[in-house]
Amino acid sequence: MNKNTIVKLLGVLLLASVVVWTSPSQKDSNEILQVGILQLLEHSALDSTRAGFIDRLEELGYKEGEQIEVTYLNAQADQSNLTVMSQQLVSNESNLIFAIATTAAQSVANQTTEIPILTGAVTNLEDAGLVESNEFPNTNVSGTSDMTPIKEQLELLLELAPDTKRIGFLYNASEANSQLLVNIADEIVAELGLETEHMTVTNTNDISQNMQALVQRVDAIYIPTDNTLASAMATIGNIAIQHQIPVVTGSNEMALEGGLATLGVDYYALGRQAAEMAVSIFEGADVSTLPVQTANETELVINEEMAEAIGIVIPDHLRGGE
Amino acid sequence: MDILITALSQGLLWALMAIGVYITYRILDTADLSAEGTFPLGGAVAATLIIQGTSPIIATCLAIIAGMMAGFVTGILYTKLKIPALLSGILTMTALYSINLRIMGRANISLIGQKTLYDIVGGLGLESRLVPMVVGLICVAIVIGLLYWFFHTEIGYVLRATGDNEQMVRAQGVNTDTMKILGLMISNGLIAFSGALIAQDNGFADISMGVGTIVIGLASVIIGEVLFGNLSIAKRLMCVVLGSAIYRMIIALVLNLGLNPIDLRLISAIVLTITLASPTFKEIIQKRTGKRGI
Repeated sequence: MNKNTIVKLLGVLLLASVVVWTSPSQKDSNEILQVGILQLLEHSALDSTRAGFIDRLEELGYKEGEQIEVTYLNAQADQSNLTVMSQQLVSNESNLIFAIATTAAQSVANQTTEIPILTGAVTNLEDAGLVESNEFPNTNVSGTSDMTPIKEQLELLLELAPDTKRIGFLYNASEANSQLLVNIADEIVAELGLETEHMTVTNTNDISQNMQALVQRVDAIYIPTDNTLASAMATIGNIAIQHQIPVVTGSNEMALEGGLATLGVDYYALGRQAAEMAVSIFEGADVSTLPVQTANETELVINEEMAEAIGIVIPDHLRGGE
Repeated sequence: MDILITALSQGLLWALMAIGVYITYRILDTADLSAEGTFPLGGAVAATLIIQGTSPIIATCLAIIAGMMAGFVTGILYTKLKIPALLSGILTMTALYSINLRIMGRANISLIGQKTLYDIVGGLGLESRLVPMVVGLICVAIVIGLLYWFFHTEIGYVLRATGDNEQMVRAQGVNTDTMKILGLMISNGLIAFSGALIAQDNGFADISMGVGTIVIGLASVIIGEVLFGNLSIAKRLMCVVLGSAIYRMIIALVLNLGLNPIDLRLISAIVLTITLASPTFKEIIQKRTGKRGI
């Protein structure tokens, strides 16, 4: 080994020691609670979740920089950063970690089974392997789920189109999430005593034709949050107008792009809900017994243009809620 | 200290991916973008098999085989259908997105609470935070050992020569297409291996876990090369491993300094630029000092 190589290897060792030297020292103060936040990427829904969490904590007497110290890490959509970031929050001796988005939560949960973890913007914690069951987690993870309020959405549909007898479901069967949502919707429609008609698509090219076939057989259409259909809401909107069919969607964006209305998830409010769970943990609650919460508050979205085009009059009490 | 251990273990696990990139990028002298598809493919195959109860060792081996098959496809597109290497890789990567979704049946599989390769090694009584590092070391040692042996066989020499001077190799009556396909298979097998290990370490396999991996692989190759220069094949492979560890340490350092996470990608790009440009800087400095010498 020549002198040059030795110098370079020493350089690498120097880099390693700088890494150790700069790593945050263990906090010894008992008064300030350490709160770690790990977010997968910058995205309006995820950012709102975080803002709601921090705002509500402050309202409840846990102000950043006073009662709590917040370490916020964002993986910038690069999943390879998640492990290092999770490790950092764990070695920081966080009292609580708020993980935003499914893979962020999975990554943190894989690093610690002791620090309480709360989730934001995860649809089904049980499905993601984070909890044993959504009602009774029995792990160090609980939190909020951004599951769309399907029952409320279907009730909204009936309120806007009271004569509906048959509801059509339009979705991509290869999206696991859509299938899950449709299964739930099916049960709810059966409880309401109405009939359903399923129509699936495999890609955006099928949508026009399949939608044309579906509108002949139903009075109204429900489209769950589905990536394939979300990208073709304009097509859906045009056909809906032609046939004067009301379309209620899973997400707010879909309603605005070609649906009639929805009751969507308000991510800021969900973040606030998570903060309330965090406070109960600070006060001694055991995370493993806290049931996963879905949105208490929803956001009513009505596509006025569409309502006019298909001749639906929006009841006044819905307007007042906007 | 914990963060250094994490950086080192991550460096070792990603090193397999970097060695895969090294084989195509440096030895075969082709840019293969299949990596962004084969990396999650490895994760998808391993995770799907593990949750079905397959032994993690077998699941990881099958992930490697799946990766080699993907490399074979890229190789056929490139050599037999004469599609440029860059496009062949993109085609495979694109196709793998659907295939990975089909394999997993959904976009994300959780491995939390499942028995992984790390649990097997951890069962030997190691401290849990050291386990990924030990697994990484074992895997990297096996891979470098096998590659060292392989590159000193007759086929290995021909494969290396194919990247250096294809016409010369062809003039010797060797089918260079076969060599290219073989190289792509080995490379993508290693990348899928890395994907399988990372998925088990992360606790999940996700459809988008491949995003940005090619940059990580190239960065590791280049950092290793710039620091330690032109060496024999075994030393070069070790430099790639070292490069991968250094890359992780730089990321850990950036995180430690508490820089705004929004700037993370920019900083990675700057670090890479400095590394890539360092031979040029070196030249300029040498010229200057040389002139002064006169």
